[in-house]
Amino acid sequence: MSDVVAVILMVGITAYALFGGADFGAGFWDLTAGGARRGEAPRRVIGHSIGPVWEANHVWLIFCLVVLWTGFSEAFASITLTLFVPLSLAAFGIVLRGASFAFRKEVTRTSSQRNFGAAFAASSVLVPYCMGAVAGAIASGRVPPNGTAGDAWDSWVNPTSVLGGVLAVTVCAYLAAVYMVWDARRMGEHEMVEYFRRRAVGTAVVAGIIALIGIFVLHDDARYVFDGLMSRALPLVILSGICGIGSLVLLLGRNQRGARLLAIGAVATVVMGWGVAQYPYILPTDLELSAAASPDPTLWSIVVVFVIAAVVILPSLGLLYYLDQRDLLETVTEPGVTSV
Amino acid sequence: MSNALISVLAVNPVPWARSQMAFTLAFHIVLVPLGVAWGFITLVANYRALKHDDADALVLAQRWSKYMAVTFAVGAVSGTVLTFEFGLLWPRFMGRFGDAFGIPFAIEGLFFFLEAIFLAIYIYGWKRLKPWPHFWTGVPIVIAGIGGTASVVAANAWMNEPAGFTLNSAGKVVDVDPWAVVFNKAMPLQTIHMLVAAYLVGGFLVASVYAWAMLRGRRDHYHRLGFVIPFTVAALAMPVQMLVGDELARWVYNNEPVKFAAIEMVPKTASDVPETLFGHLDSDGQVKGGIAIPGFASWLSDPADGTSTVIQGLDTVPADERPTNGEVDVVHLAWDVMVGLGTLLTLLALWYLGTWVFRRRLPKSRLFLWIAAGAGILSVVTLEAGWVVTEVGRQPWIVRNFMKVEHGATANTGVWVTFLAVLLIYAVVGVSLILVLRLMSRRFRKGAPDEGGGPYEPRDETPSPEPAGVS
Repeated sequence: MSDVVAVILMVGITAYALFGGADFGAGFWDLTAGGARRGEAPRRVIGHSIGPVWEANHVWLIFCLVVLWTGFSEAFASITLTLFVPLSLAAFGIVLRGASFAFRKEVTRTSSQRNFGAAFAASSVLVPYCMGAVAGAIASGRVPPNGTAGDAWDSWVNPTSVLGGVLAVTVCAYLAAVYMVWDARRMGEHEMVEYFRRRAVGTAVVAGIIALIGIFVLHDDARYVFDGLMSRALPLVILSGICGIGSLVLLLGRNQRGARLLAIGAVATVVMGWGVAQYPYILPTDLELSAAASPDPTLWSIVVVFVIAAVVILPSLGLLYYLDQRDLLETVTEPGVTSV
Repeated sequence: MSNALISVLAVNPVPWARSQMAFTLAFHIVLVPLGVAWGFITLVANYRALKHDDADALVLAQRWSKYMAVTFAVGAVSGTVLTFEFGLLWPRFMGRFGDAFGIPFAIEGLFFFLEAIFLAIYIYGWKRLKPWPHFWTGVPIVIAGIGGTASVVAANAWMNEPAGFTLNSAGKVVDVDPWAVVFNKAMPLQTIHMLVAAYLVGGFLVASVYAWAMLRGRRDHYHRLGFVIPFTVAALAMPVQMLVGDELARWVYNNEPVKFAAIEMVPKTASDVPETLFGHLDSDGQVKGGIAIPGFASWLSDPADGTSTVIQGLDTVPADERPTNGEVDVVHLAWDVMVGLGTLLTLLALWYLGTWVFRRRLPKSRLFLWIAAGAGILSVVTLEAGWVVTEVGRQPWIVRNFMKVEHGATANTGVWVTFLAVLLIYAVVGVSLILVLRLMSRRFRKGAPDEGGGPYEPRDETPSPEPAGVS
């Protein structure tokens, strides 16, 4: 039973990485788009691309937290006690990010747009870094069991956490760039297609390099997960590599649609690979999933909720993305772009 | 040196954790009515626009949905922070009771997801969806708002009336009955009370903006409609709320006697207890000051027995299992504020409804508009006061009779830092929110260049097969 809930949790984390991650990545490109004039076109694509869907994308995070605290409350307590600092930073970042993005759309003065834009973009980098660092802390066994606190700093300032944070930021940027190549094409912004294609290729290469370095980092610092990746999770690792290289090839060959699908595959398999690699532990190598799990009726209610979600939410999400992709949803025009 | 620094920075986290939770909740709860009720109010305007071909109603619905996009975004992120805070501030509570307490939140997640999805479709669907299908995409927002409220309040009610779990000798939850957790005894009335509150606060808040505009001379159809739709929702909800509140108070009298003793400020068990307006407890725990109405508290608790009704006093439980004297003062004052303002708002609602029923028009008095313009803020104060009553009234428990707040809190000594950071960030976000909403309203008034072609028009590129607008 605890394994079923663990799978549900992994589904949530993967969805958050794919949808929320692309959102954060969009913020990364916003940050690096340059001054008000030079960055106008990319920011237009970014605003158009994530406008209608960002809130739904971030509900996955709440989903993950709720499944974690309901299904594995003891592990949740350990994680929040130990990783107080990065999680607090992430929470602040989320507030600043969402609020500034909503505000920026509605303000007209360039200076206000710049301030809200800066807050949006900077927190878009901060949050995934913190999340990646948290994942690194868990994977490297720095979170103790029994709802107790580990080291407040070393737990997330360590090789695996740095790897997790940097990889998260890079992967988000990569996903976003790949998605926005597609969005720019739909918008008929041909210059921007090239713009984001170059960036997608660049981040794909960087992400690949980081992943290779990561193998050595994990070997020294997170042995259990390393061994898992080299055994149980090896098929996923290989699949991820193939998808990543494939998406790079398709990007170079200007096949955007295929590149997007393979990019999704590459990221999803990495996230799932992490989960498989640290199985059967939720906190390697101290706390097993089955030992951390809540009583069965609680786990059952999570499963029931998840099934209802699959029946109700997935079609709704599908409708949202369908309408969005068919351009039936009007992204609010950026006032700064249209007026004067 | 660094040890000295650490010991200076190491502050008892419990009061800071309480302050941070209280502050972030107080902030979030203002956005709740806008998320829950504004969707409904907007749909009323949208329906009127489509059914009666009312162009002003259409503009209102469209603009409201744009404001809603902003308030919902801030509500969504401040709600996400609360999710984090359950772990960051109350890890020991979550670690021990997460398997029961978490269940309503799993359900809430479902509704929140639905709300976010359909809000996005509704807000961004104005131009390119057809009128009636677009209207119907708004309906799930209303349903999800109601379901989400019910789930979150179920979790809060569970803290007041913990049920549906079995503890072993070590105090660990070993069995859970999810149904009993969600539908705990306090859940039904608390849920209805909060839902009606959301509708009346949302209604008064939106209407107050248009009352203000009317006071400044903008009395055209557009502004009157902008006032009448939300105010009618609030005015219908307000008398209902008084009845629900009365029922809930009596429920608290029967089921949470210590909280009730704090509400009515009753130090010792007695009959013929006076209703004391304001006042406080002195250091000996005796009621000081205030205006006493003889026997009224007893009579209200059970009108059948009248003034002979016995009210359990604070002294029936040990001092460390009931609110402190200071907390009792807070609960009692918050109660007086809630009931007092609630009564005022009910009178305002009855004035409006009476004039409508007998004269078929709005009250003409400027005084009415003045009070209506203030009703938004007043209803928010009422809401906050009600929340203070239920939360402070439960002290010192986080799970009543099972876990005290101090045993649920984090041991992280740096909470005071995050509290200050939260204070700063929320101040910036709150002020920006108000400024942005004002800016939008100014822009709309100037002729709204941003609205482009208006709703339900065919796309520029491809002519729509359906005729534009309303059939």
